[in-house]
Amino acid sequence: MTHSAPPTAVSRPLLEVRKLTRVLPAIVPVTLVKDVNFSIGSSEFVAITGPSGSGKSSLLYLLGLLDRPTEGEVLINGQGTHSLSKRDLAHLRLEKLGFVFQFHFLLPEFSALENVTIPMQKLGQLSYRQQRERGSALLEGLGLSEFLHRRPAQLSGGQRQRVAVARALANAPQLILADEPTGSLDSVATEQVFETLASIVAKEETTVVAVTHDIDLAERMQRRIHLVDGMVDYDRARDDLVNS
Amino acid sequence: MILLVKIAATHVRNRLRQTVVSTLGVALGVGFSIAMAGLMEGSQRDFTTSLIDAIPHVEIRDEKRNPTVQPASRQFDAVAFHGLRPLEDLRGIRNPTEAIASLREWVPGQIAQRLTGQSVLRYSGQDMGMTVVGVVPERELVVSKIREDMRAGSFADLTSTSNGLVIGDTAADRLGADIGDTVTMTSGTGQAKRFKIVGLFHTGVSSSDEGLAYAPLKAVQILFEKPNIINRITIRLNDINSSNTIAARAERQLGYKAVSWEEANEGLMEAFAVRNVIMYTVVGAILLVAGFGIFNIISTIVHEKARDIAILKSLGFPEGDIQQIFVLEGLVIGVLGAAAGCMLGYGLSSYLATIRFEFSAGREMTHLPIYFSTLHYAIASGLALFSSSIAGYFPARRAARLNPVDIIRGAT
Repeated sequence: MTHSAPPTAVSRPLLEVRKLTRVLPAIVPVTLVKDVNFSIGSSEFVAITGPSGSGKSSLLYLLGLLDRPTEGEVLINGQGTHSLSKRDLAHLRLEKLGFVFQFHFLLPEFSALENVTIPMQKLGQLSYRQQRERGSALLEGLGLSEFLHRRPAQLSGGQRQRVAVARALANAPQLILADEPTGSLDSVATEQVFETLASIVAKEETTVVAVTHDIDLAERMQRRIHLVDGMVDYDRARDDLVNS
Repeated sequence: MILLVKIAATHVRNRLRQTVVSTLGVALGVGFSIAMAGLMEGSQRDFTTSLIDAIPHVEIRDEKRNPTVQPASRQFDAVAFHGLRPLEDLRGIRNPTEAIASLREWVPGQIAQRLTGQSVLRYSGQDMGMTVVGVVPERELVVSKIREDMRAGSFADLTSTSNGLVIGDTAADRLGADIGDTVTMTSGTGQAKRFKIVGLFHTGVSSSDEGLAYAPLKAVQILFEKPNIINRITIRLNDINSSNTIAARAERQLGYKAVSWEEANEGLMEAFAVRNVIMYTVVGAILLVAGFGIFNIISTIVHEKARDIAILKSLGFPEGDIQQIFVLEGLVIGVLGAAAGCMLGYGLSSYLATIRFEFSAGREMTHLPIYFSTLHYAIASGLALFSSSIAGYFPARRAARLNPVDIIRGAT
């Protein structure tokens, strides 16, 4: 097992985890994540890899403030989240984080545009017209200009996932957390979604942390954090991995 | 909030069949409870109005509420006496003029005096028991609705005809008598006097129409051999709801028993109260059943929408918002059901009001008396909304507490 220093110099980390541990209470407690430490800066494209059951998704849920750690802490922009109330955590998610799941998880009764504008409506910083304009622009930017008013059931798998990406971008988050975003897609759609995420990192100055089983994709990301049995096996930049 | 309403409305709209069934359940509960409340209060008001019109609002009688304490008992209160002959008071209200004058100073309404007694009316060989009421006609006309009940002749003719008599039309029919006929009235003491029928009335209350007669006070005093005596003071109040208070004060002031219309019909009022309790219990039960229907549909939606709940939470919706969405869904069904129920209730009430009945015996009722009151609509709708929000609250609380991680893991 190799613990290496963070591969990039992170002056002011966007995301920092300190001694993060998550244990599921049971007759025989199950450790999902154990003593994980790392920092991630702005505009990084990070892959979290590891075998099944290594704690990748559990770590992502902890990073996304959907789950609470048993020990340790997640800091966003240097702000600790341990003592925040559920309501404050929800607001932090709304404002600073975006999620993309393996399955699109769009609200089936709403159109693609409505799905994208829901987080904006909840945040309430834009007028109705501005929400519609931004939602349309995001979807058009992802090649979905013809599908704004279609419901998820009327879209292909790749299109749905791109709508989910647009929704994750709705409130211009600093961090997008993606859990197997291409896991249910064919190779063409996988490439589309990957390119979308890569362009977000490049153009929007947004950090993307993606859990993936796909080693080819992981190798194309800037940095890879590999987990084994809930612990960090290695945390390296792509260039280091290629050289080694 | 608009967003939450929109999401709630979308959920409800997408389960149209179940929503319609639940809404119908609430609507039927609200509609029938409104119609039932209108019918019951209508009949109660109709009956009460007839009753109040037929009797004085307050009647002061020449009797005491408690038996008079006998002189021997007043003198020796620690001693028990047996076989004493009680002192007999002369019946009648003493100093009636003074008593009425003192009441007029503060009673908000009209006052009249009466002398009533039992007698036998004889005409063409037929006898009928009759309660005779000796009245001052012009005073009686302002304390009772007898003028409106007159079918023939005039009540005011009692003023100009010193031996005039006004009887019920049913009694007249049975005796075969008519206006202008002379009848003989015999009192309990055997005193007989001839009266001339000057009017016939019909109140709709059979006991009055068959057995009540009005005559000038002086004539009745002669008949009963009670000159210058009255035994009733009747009061018609401006506000019928103050009858108990006025009666109590009059009784304290005069010392005679004063009976309000509410006290006189206490049993009936209690029966109405019990009837209302039964009605609202039935209404409550109907709405409770409707509430279970809503609980069922919201629980189903929560179960089906678990994934959406996880999505919304991951997007940054706090637990309170999730709870509000599902409570709103219950309320949406409640509001739709209450609105439809109000329309149904109005339609049912309007239809029932057109149904007509004819009874020959007892109280006549030509149609079902329906009382239209916004209070009925407000109570039924309020109960429906309350039961809807409660029915939505428990599934909503469960939804709010769902752990999004569990749901996302389950889905992937």
